[in-house]
Amino acid sequence: MPSEVPPILQPMLFDLEGVSVSRARREVLRGLDLSLPDGASCLVGPSGSGKSTVLRLLNRLADPDQGRVRYRGEDVRERDPRELRREVSLVPQLPALVPGTVAANVEFAAAFGALEADVPELLRLCGLDPGYADRDAERLSVGEQQRVMLARALALEPRVLLLDEPTSALDEAARDAVEATLNDLRGRLNLATVTVTHDPAQAGRLADWVVRVEAGRAVEQGAVGEVLA
Amino acid sequence: MSTTVDITLGEVAASLALIALAIAVSRWRRAELEGDIAVAVARSFVQLFAIGYVIQAIFDVDSLLLVLALILVMVVFGALTARSRAAEVPGALVPLLISLALAGGLTLGLVVALGIFEPTPRYLVPVGGMVIGNAMTAAAVALNRLGDDIRDKAPQIEATLALGASSSEAAAPIVRSSLRSGMITLVDSTKTTGLIFFPGTMVGMLLAGAEPTDAVRLQLILLWVLLGSVAISSLVATGLAYRNFFTPAHQLREPPEP
Repeated sequence: MPSEVPPILQPMLFDLEGVSVSRARREVLRGLDLSLPDGASCLVGPSGSGKSTVLRLLNRLADPDQGRVRYRGEDVRERDPRELRREVSLVPQLPALVPGTVAANVEFAAAFGALEADVPELLRLCGLDPGYADRDAERLSVGEQQRVMLARALALEPRVLLLDEPTSALDEAARDAVEATLNDLRGRLNLATVTVTHDPAQAGRLADWVVRVEAGRAVEQGAVGEVLA
Repeated sequence: MSTTVDITLGEVAASLALIALAIAVSRWRRAELEGDIAVAVARSFVQLFAIGYVIQAIFDVDSLLLVLALILVMVVFGALTARSRAAEVPGALVPLLISLALAGGLTLGLVVALGIFEPTPRYLVPVGGMVIGNAMTAAAVALNRLGDDIRDKAPQIEATLALGASSSEAAAPIVRSSLRSGMITLVDSTKTTGLIFFPGTMVGMLLAGAEPTDAVRLQLILLWVLLGSVAISSLVATGLAYRNFFTPAHQLREPPEP
């Protein structure tokens, strides 16, 4: 297994060491070890392999039963979870917006970081026309709602974006558009991203570094060309 | 308020005719409530007579300590009863005990401090019973809603936590709607009182021969006191119970295994 990290991708963004998680008497992660460098990473694996659980550990939406999770070398348990989540922002698999307009949703998020949201600019960055600001968020299509979720996360000016199956609810055209947006964002905002996907081809389009997760373990990790070759 | 009325056991027994009607309806429409109706009749007979004798004994002894003991028993039974309605809320008993004790204590304390009622068993026992009964129903409804909504809206709560919100910020909309659920029934019935229904105290006083305006004055006091008590119990129960769904690290806990 190629586990040497190319020097160009140093330093490590996340390190997980001997991580085990059980839910409802089922072992979801079993002594998982993995490292994610600063940059664009993907966790690839079949449904139920535990990759979404890994994502939730990275910003402490959950804690492991055993093992350690480090962010930039520091145990995440040493960090205030709320500050960590503003810096390492997660976009869930399905949109979960609050009732109200698109602008209200983006401002709702920014308020947790005591920030003023530039709503038109954030919408533009996420591939939505600024005219969407006054629209009822719950009446948008799933793809549009997912972009609003992305704009909400970006309103906190995070350093890392965690994306859980960001295109699973979208058709092919919408998927391509969201992928283009994500690649564009990385370049413009100097964001690190960790994306969970069941689709190795998507990992190839979105990531420089890929970890294969199967049955709660990282079975292969390395540069995208090596793992997906 | 010195009027009395004599009701014989024969008159009580005659009202069983209406119970026969209820059982007949249940049998006719196959509602399968005959057993429950029979149990309800038997329990109401035994429980009300038992509490009648207990209250008579407390009136005879005229001791505030006994009143306090009776109210504490009501709080404990009220909390245990409400907990069964709030099965989805982990550790609901302690919030319920605190909310009912505060609702009862603050409400009775205030009505005595404001000089509305004299601090005697004749006032404190019946008012305490009404206050705690209504506070129990409100807290049970509020926590039932809280439990259902937190499970139903877990994705929204987690999405808000993921933005760096605290657990109290993430749960705030649900705590608010649960509080509202606890209070709304009494608020609505207070709005329609006298138009759609006559509240029990007023009916009782009128039947006992009191002047209608006397009955109205007492009823108004009780309705407004009860509104205060359901506000306190709903506020305290929801404000304490939502915390049990979260860890100190602002994480939503896994639902308990069945």
